[in-house]
Amino acid sequence: MRYSFSEWTKSGAPWVWLNAGAVAISLIMVVGLLSLIAVRGLGHFWPADIYQADYTQNDNTTRLVGERVQTELISAEQLRDSGVTVPEGVFEMPRTLIKIGNRDHGGTDFIWVLDDHLSNQTQPEMLFAAERREWGNFYGYLRGLKENGELVAQHDGYEVTPEYMALWDQFQQRIDRALTIYDQIKAIEKGDIGAINYELERLRLRERAMELKGITDPARMQEITDRRQALDADYQQLQTELLELYNAFNRDTVVAEIASGKVVEFRIASVVRAFLPNKMHLGNKLVHYAAKLWEFVSDEPREANTEGGIFPAIFGTVLMVIIMSVIVTPFGVIAAVYLREYAKQGFVTRIIRIAVNNLAGVPSIVYGVFGLGFFVYFLGGHIDDAFFAEAKPAPTFGTPGLMWASITLALLTLPVVIVATEEGLTRIPRAIREGSLALGATKFETLMKVVIPMASPAIMTGVILAIARAAGEVAPLMLVGVVKLAPSLPLDTNYPFLHLDQKFMHLGFHIYDVGFQSPNVEAARPLVYATALLLVAVIALLNLSAIAIRNHLREKYKALEM
Amino acid sequence: MSTDKIASPELNFNSSSARRHRSIRALKDKVASGGIAIGGISVIVAILLIFFYLLYEVLPLFQSASIEPWQEQDTQVEAYALPGEGKTLYLTLEEQTKLGLRVTDQGQLVFFDTRTGKIRDEVDAELPEDTTITSFALASDSSGIFALGLSNGQALVYKHAYTSTYPNGVRVITPRIEYPLGEAPIAVSEGPLDVLALNGTEENWTLIGGTREQLYSAQLSLTENIITEEVETEVTTSILPSIGISATRLQLTPDRHWLMVAGPKNKLAVVELLGSKGALVNQVLEASKGDIAEFKLLLGGNSLLVADNQGTVSQWFLVRDESNAWQLTKIRSFNEHTNGITALALEHRRKGFVTLNQNGYIDFYNTTASRTSLSEQILQAGVEHAALSPRSDALLLEQGGKISLWKMHNEHPEVSWSALWEKVWYEGYEEPEFIWQSSASNNDFEPKYSLMPLAFGTLKAAFYAMLLATPLAICGAIYTAYFMVPAMRRKVKPFIELMEALPTVILGFLAGLWLAPFIEINLAGIFITLLVVPAAIIGFAFAWANAPKALRYMIPEGWDAALLVPVVIIATMFSFWIAPTLEHLFFGTEMRYWVTNELGIPYDQRNALVVGLAMGFAVIPTIFSITEDAIFAVPKHLSYGSLALGATPWQTLTRVVMPTASPGIFSAVMIGMGRAVGETMIVLMATGNTPIMDANIFEGMRTLAANIAVEMPESEVGSTHFRILFLAAFVLFLFTFFVNTIAEAVRQRLRKKYGSL
Repeated sequence: MRYSFSEWTKSGAPWVWLNAGAVAISLIMVVGLLSLIAVRGLGHFWPADIYQADYTQNDNTTRLVGERVQTELISAEQLRDSGVTVPEGVFEMPRTLIKIGNRDHGGTDFIWVLDDHLSNQTQPEMLFAAERREWGNFYGYLRGLKENGELVAQHDGYEVTPEYMALWDQFQQRIDRALTIYDQIKAIEKGDIGAINYELERLRLRERAMELKGITDPARMQEITDRRQALDADYQQLQTELLELYNAFNRDTVVAEIASGKVVEFRIASVVRAFLPNKMHLGNKLVHYAAKLWEFVSDEPREANTEGGIFPAIFGTVLMVIIMSVIVTPFGVIAAVYLREYAKQGFVTRIIRIAVNNLAGVPSIVYGVFGLGFFVYFLGGHIDDAFFAEAKPAPTFGTPGLMWASITLALLTLPVVIVATEEGLTRIPRAIREGSLALGATKFETLMKVVIPMASPAIMTGVILAIARAAGEVAPLMLVGVVKLAPSLPLDTNYPFLHLDQKFMHLGFHIYDVGFQSPNVEAARPLVYATALLLVAVIALLNLSAIAIRNHLREKYKALEM
Repeated sequence: MSTDKIASPELNFNSSSARRHRSIRALKDKVASGGIAIGGISVIVAILLIFFYLLYEVLPLFQSASIEPWQEQDTQVEAYALPGEGKTLYLTLEEQTKLGLRVTDQGQLVFFDTRTGKIRDEVDAELPEDTTITSFALASDSSGIFALGLSNGQALVYKHAYTSTYPNGVRVITPRIEYPLGEAPIAVSEGPLDVLALNGTEENWTLIGGTREQLYSAQLSLTENIITEEVETEVTTSILPSIGISATRLQLTPDRHWLMVAGPKNKLAVVELLGSKGALVNQVLEASKGDIAEFKLLLGGNSLLVADNQGTVSQWFLVRDESNAWQLTKIRSFNEHTNGITALALEHRRKGFVTLNQNGYIDFYNTTASRTSLSEQILQAGVEHAALSPRSDALLLEQGGKISLWKMHNEHPEVSWSALWEKVWYEGYEEPEFIWQSSASNNDFEPKYSLMPLAFGTLKAAFYAMLLATPLAICGAIYTAYFMVPAMRRKVKPFIELMEALPTVILGFLAGLWLAPFIEINLAGIFITLLVVPAAIIGFAFAWANAPKALRYMIPEGWDAALLVPVVIIATMFSFWIAPTLEHLFFGTEMRYWVTNELGIPYDQRNALVVGLAMGFAVIPTIFSITEDAIFAVPKHLSYGSLALGATPWQTLTRVVMPTASPGIFSAVMIGMGRAVGETMIVLMATGNTPIMDANIFEGMRTLAANIAVEMPESEVGSTHFRILFLAAFVLFLFTFFVNTIAEAVRQRLRKKYGSL
């Protein structure tokens, strides 16, 4: 059967197809967004090949060494504006962003070059990449190793020879040695000295508290002084140990030739890892990939958050979410139980229900403002006056911190838990309650033994949805407790172990901060994609489990709904 | 049958232990109901607390000011006799309001206790012999620098300063007099200095003075000798041209560029001192109805306040006119009474002032807000002198040879309805405008708290987001609910709903770092996509309708969306591929350049288009989900009936299903709108956050929510700025609450309606 176009239009079919198109577009957008994040986020850890090429600009030829980051088309217009001669009739030219690293020698670690200006592209196997704790990545040819300033090994030429590999192995050994010492130094600095500083601060506060209370008990004063002296002595000893370690740490330097042909030196102590990407085969690359991925989730950030891992952010997010759920679950459930089981149903409960529903739609930043004003400044200020007077004028709870962030988010997610729990309670057939009551159980017993267990999957769903929402919320947290870089984790070995007054790092805020406030956005970008991917994965997982639980619950009580 | 026959003798339900057990259970039940009621109610109260707390923080903004006699340890501070000899030339207070300074025409600089009038310290002005004080000039209240003009044409410049020390934990304030321009008298004119003005900055100062008819100018430059650390002063004097009116009062702007001269009666002259042709009289005008009673420069020295003897105070500043010439322009005037003003005291840190009139009325004014925060009769007659403390918390009044101290409460005079929501003529602007600019580096900055640009930005962002989201989400929902096969629907719906949980920070980051540069390069591609994709869909659909049956029957009905996925992808890719060629064909250059160069529309990389796309994406799941529910909930027998009567599916949808579901769709759009209005992270990251008022799609905006996120952490607790940010949050709260309530009410009514069908 053939349709004419007008006939076909009259049937309304085009509209149906357009509606179908809207679904298709929405799906494409969603899938496209997720794959964009996934590709960019996961690609970052793959060891990229290092290219070497001659770069000619204004009759000036220089050698470039680096990783290709991305290629795009740039309009001839824009190029002409910036003084590049472009032949007539050309609208666009490809250009490539190259990560040349070596920020300590060139100033910038990324440059855009026109592909037309590149020639003699090669991938010499000898080129190595080194990730460092300062100045970003290094790319170059290994030329030698120095110990205490004395050359102990060296190599010339641009071919990979067994001698070169021997030198490379020695380089790797020295990196491993430095990393071992680095761990020791960190253990002392963060662990031992951190603990001493923490105790010294506590002693100072105790002394100040006694002063404020007017206690002049010489025995207690003496106790404090003795303890302080002991701590000072420990500190001195640790300092000497540290000094020795630092001397050993800074022993080695590496000599390398950079793209310009200059031979430079840098400390092996600053190297996190070095590798020969052009020489790696797939297996090596996979191992490298896994190591980088592990570093990403387990390590601390380096270089103003643009390198390294995001462990403190993951830890902060998880801890905040846990505290939040501990707060929100009982309150949400009690409120829902009250509304559904105890309160007299009528106009007032209807109003309350609408209000609770609407609160879920109130912008999160409003909760942030409320949290900052009421919790931090009002409650926190009063808590400080009452319990932490000795620490003043430095605020303890009168400043944004983990506890206030958790409570603010608990308030924000309260409607989610209340609504979900209520829905669960509504689904429980009246007959079951009546059966329990008829057997002589009190209302409370019915609630605890029958109703709540039956509603528990719904409560779980609510809590999981609350967690998913809290994990992704950033705006209110910016006001009530997150920081770009927390000096220590809010959970550690110093009494009282959980530091509710501390500020913490958060995945969502990390994305905002690194992506938008970072001095080196280009270098940080892949890491932001990776962080985003992690956050999306966590939240998707939480939501999917909520949906699964909900479906399971529906199946379970289907029979009762008859 | 009696009951005791049934009860078995072994089971005694009335044993004491059973009774105890029962009473414990009953007690538990009671306690639990009480506990749950208390818990439940307190949670609900906690939620309500948000509303009341926001209100509590906002309300002080709109409180009016108050004044009362100073209380010291619950006793009122009585008025005391003037400390020192002679008539008062100048009266002022120091930061802590403990000490006052009175400068007299007898050459005494008297520091006195403001509570008792007891003299703390008296410094002699050290006038040269045979001279008397003929005039007084103040640089500014905040600098503390003032000058005395002498009968021999010389002037002496002083500065009052204070040091606080804490011996034994008690604050002791020690006053002192400094000589910022050296201790030696500065020769300004040959004749007596009947009028005098001074102003300047660290190193360069100008004194203007002379007789009423002839003015002289003395320009000083200070250079510090590096070795001896002595300050050397270089003075250049010159004669000013005749002004044409007899000068009674002078004011010099801090940039030493303009001299304001008050003449007899209501005459006012403006002299440009550093113009290209030297000193020149710029304007002579009539400044008020009555005679000029007070003539002072507002904080910052940009505005001139003229008070007359008919109770009006007017604010003037220089505005460039069409011919690019500066004109002293009357900006606004304040008129609470018709009685003559006898004293006018300026605030040291805000653009506000206090006037006192003949009947003893006091009025607190703020210029930016055009607000009178207090008008109250506190005395029976006019005062001679008034001085405000630097923190504007105390007022010294001199009346009939006595000084009294008053306590002022005037926390937030900068805020008024007009300052927040109407155009305001700010200092240095050519016309009244809506501006949000809450802070600056300098102290005499005029805060601009217009919420209009922010509210406008919020609505602009929401509008562009809704423009994308509403059609896509509603069309998508229609198809999903009405046409899609259930198997596919079960997959698609949760998938799109899952996107609602996607953290907006991720959308914002992608919009700012990926989408914004992408759009900048592919601007034409975006617009071509808008045309090509629908065309491709229709084209494909028509082709499909005419395709061989064998092919068509391979795909069952209701899977159209899946078929369209590759079509949309190919159409989009084609649009971006063809875009460069097309834009060079039509515009001769890239569209982005064409927009800026040919149309003259400014283009920001992070603009409303980017926000619209990103936030639209965030809103789609919300609207989609609710709309889909509403359409799906329309009883099936309605559409079956319609189809049975011969209507096409599309006719059934538009004539039967949609009207029934329309309230639900309305509430979906409202809830989506509420979400778009309050969204913070996307707008924070995907716009430049410039508070401009321009509907241009290629420019950015700043929304209320983003503004809170940006400025709240830096805002001083309890300050006006802090409370205005709370007000912004309160406005957001009310707006979303209102919108959501309407949506919810509509939805509930809809549910009831379906119930009856």
